[in-house]
Amino acid sequence: MARPDPGETGATVILEVFRYLPDDEWDPRFQGYEVPYHSDWVILDALNHIRNWIDPTLSFRWSCRMGVCGSCGMMVNGEPKLTCEGFLSEYYPDPIRVEPLAYFPVVKDLVINLDDFMAKLPAVKSWLIPQDPKPLSEGEYLQSPAELAQYKRFSMCINCMLCYSACPVYGLDSSFVGPAALALAHRYNLDSRDGGQRDRAEAVMSHEGIWECTYVGDCTRVCPKDVDPAGAIQMAKLSYATDWVRSVLLPGRKRR
Amino acid sequence: MDLPTHDVLIVGGGGAGLRAAIAIAEESPDLSVAIVSKVYPMRSHTVSAEGGAAAVIKETDSLDDHAYDTISGSDWLADQDAVEALVREAPEEMIQLEHWGCPWSRQPDGQIAVRAFGGMTIERTWFAADKTGFHMLHTLFQTSLRFPSITRYDEWFVTSLIVQDGRCQGVTVIELRTGAIGAIGARAVIICTGGAGRVFPFTTNGNIKTGDGMALAYRAGVPLKDMEFVQYHPTGLPGTGILITEAARGEGGILVNKDGYRYLEDYDLGTPLDVSDPNHPQKRTMELGPRDRLSQAFFHEQQKGRTFQGPHGDYVHLDLRHLGEKLIDSKIPMVRELAVRYVGIDPVDEPIPVRNVVHYMMGGIHTDIEGATPLAGLFAAGECACVSINGANRLGSNSLPELLVFGRRAARAAARFAREQPGPDPSLLEARAAAEHRRIREQFLDVPGAESVAGLRTELNHALEEGAGVFREGSSLQQTYATIQELKERFGRVGVTDQSRVFNTELVAALELDSMLDVGESVAYSALARTESRGSHQRTDHPHRDDSRFLKHTLAYRTDGEPKIEYLDVVITRWPPGERAYGKA
Repeated sequence: MARPDPGETGATVILEVFRYLPDDEWDPRFQGYEVPYHSDWVILDALNHIRNWIDPTLSFRWSCRMGVCGSCGMMVNGEPKLTCEGFLSEYYPDPIRVEPLAYFPVVKDLVINLDDFMAKLPAVKSWLIPQDPKPLSEGEYLQSPAELAQYKRFSMCINCMLCYSACPVYGLDSSFVGPAALALAHRYNLDSRDGGQRDRAEAVMSHEGIWECTYVGDCTRVCPKDVDPAGAIQMAKLSYATDWVRSVLLPGRKRR
Repeated sequence: MDLPTHDVLIVGGGGAGLRAAIAIAEESPDLSVAIVSKVYPMRSHTVSAEGGAAAVIKETDSLDDHAYDTISGSDWLADQDAVEALVREAPEEMIQLEHWGCPWSRQPDGQIAVRAFGGMTIERTWFAADKTGFHMLHTLFQTSLRFPSITRYDEWFVTSLIVQDGRCQGVTVIELRTGAIGAIGARAVIICTGGAGRVFPFTTNGNIKTGDGMALAYRAGVPLKDMEFVQYHPTGLPGTGILITEAARGEGGILVNKDGYRYLEDYDLGTPLDVSDPNHPQKRTMELGPRDRLSQAFFHEQQKGRTFQGPHGDYVHLDLRHLGEKLIDSKIPMVRELAVRYVGIDPVDEPIPVRNVVHYMMGGIHTDIEGATPLAGLFAAGECACVSINGANRLGSNSLPELLVFGRRAARAAARFAREQPGPDPSLLEARAAAEHRRIREQFLDVPGAESVAGLRTELNHALEEGAGVFREGSSLQQTYATIQELKERFGRVGVTDQSRVFNTELVAALELDSMLDVGESVAYSALARTESRGSHQRTDHPHRDDSRFLKHTLAYRTDGEPKIEYLDVVITRWPPGERAYGKA
């Protein structure tokens, strides 16, 4: 069933979409689809048009279509992007090439395998380790707006994986803990309620941790939520180095 | 495929599911708990909640006020014992989130900040700027990683409940990555799958909100309660339906029609104060009225021809300009981000076009105050459940505390139940897995298929919008119900063209549509049976509330024919039904 949808003045745009099915007889390939052009359509709208009305076998993830669930990251003309945030009008009238996020194993078509990141997140202990544990009956921990501002930016990560896809270090060696997980570790280290910096040190300071980052900064450039993982990693290098010096010079001080 | 068994299996990894899992891991560490979800936890739709979460924390506030606001907001259809439990337990739950690291917005002195919300007497809505759901979900998800005892089945789709000897003993599942169809056994199951906004064509809800959990329970003989109550939010972006949070009005934003007139004053919502008045915005008045009344006012303005007309339907203006850039950027930055990106309008300089949009299902799986359904071993919490604290109209910022309070309550009840039960017989799981494998192959994959999933889904969406929108009447509901019956019949001819086992999203979409047809049917049929108007359920042919006949919950049971409808008395504790008065401060 084709939906009558002429697009604006009958205009169309071509999407060249990466297709892959494991154990299939054909090699990975690109398939071209002609979709109606609407200036207010995002790339995700075009992909949904394909799946709904042209080729239902195309697989990709999506949900919120408002840039917060982190499902729909893909390579668009070679750049990692949330497809719910990139408009056709940014590319029209040229064809748009859509591929799965780089450096991840592909499950099918545009669907990548997230196992690696899902293991790295707990490895850096991305949860609050209270500095001064207290019962709920004593109420909230006080935190000034300035203290909140210290880490707020790094708490905005939606786990969309765009930063990993942009990171040349991760591309060469996927054992690198990587931008999002390190930024989240740093987010907790900066939280005035947290005292877990040393608990996170093993993963963060390991050979695969912050020291592997060569500060290319592409993670920050592609981050759709302005998290600045590259900045977080640089700050963490300084903070851990200082922490190490302090632990040598002033042993027995309160853990931070 | 291995057929594992857990003491407690949670279906759905959003706010309610994660809260339940953590409760079991913390309070019953000897029990094995698992979350099975069709998406990774951080993709769950809790992530899209924006404005905030209500809980009494300030000394000037009171639990009774929160309860009264919720009950009057519900048009007296909420169960008052459940509301009392909600307001009593919400503050501790919110502090718990704070202790787990949730970045709540703060006052200058470091205490929790609260804001005004629709239908609330006083500022009591906690917020993390305007990404409250996002921060709550990620806080819960990251906290859950602390507990290695929580097993997760990410991207496994549950296709049915395994019921034997009168109790729920697990689920059948598809592992999306491999396409393998199997089963997971459990001594107790908690459904936390969220809402079903996607049955309507224009919704704030993400693609995943297809009512799967509601349909699982409904097919297992559990009634769906109060399904006729569908919340329209008055401020969605035209075209996409993306939500512009009520917090925009809590911070002082105003709604005006095409004449620049604050039309809400024509709808018994009080008199407007000038935006420069220090008492603006007034609580429970005008823009801070409840969502049902505001969405009905929009509809009337539309009828009067006083709305703007755009390529994506009629709209009014949400004007935030007087708030100023600094407040917008600090309190509601996402509003600006979304408006700029998706409609090309910067709210600092121009009003935002907004219109009614389907947002929330007040109804859901019938549970008691502990989250237990009538089926032994089956529990539910969050939007998929109906306890009920929301009655005929949910107040904004009550759903987030609801998923915490009742996620935890359901976890405790499920843990108690699980301790008393033997695990399922492995042969039962094997038999059900094999049968489900056969059913899915025969129903969807081995048939050519004359009908497409997207085609039927589009027709279902329009049938619901046309018959079961903000205003309904008997004949339109009858027509919608009949259309859904026809679509159900045609659904038998759907074939899945994608024959691959790996990540077959076409098969998932077909299974989701199957759920949506059941949910849609229960909405239309329950609405047809309720011949009164209450809260979000407005019948033009029965325009008045009728407490003598309908101070009751609807229970819809699935049958092979028309749903069977029963009614259950509302629990009244201390607040006898009265008139809902807004704007009378």
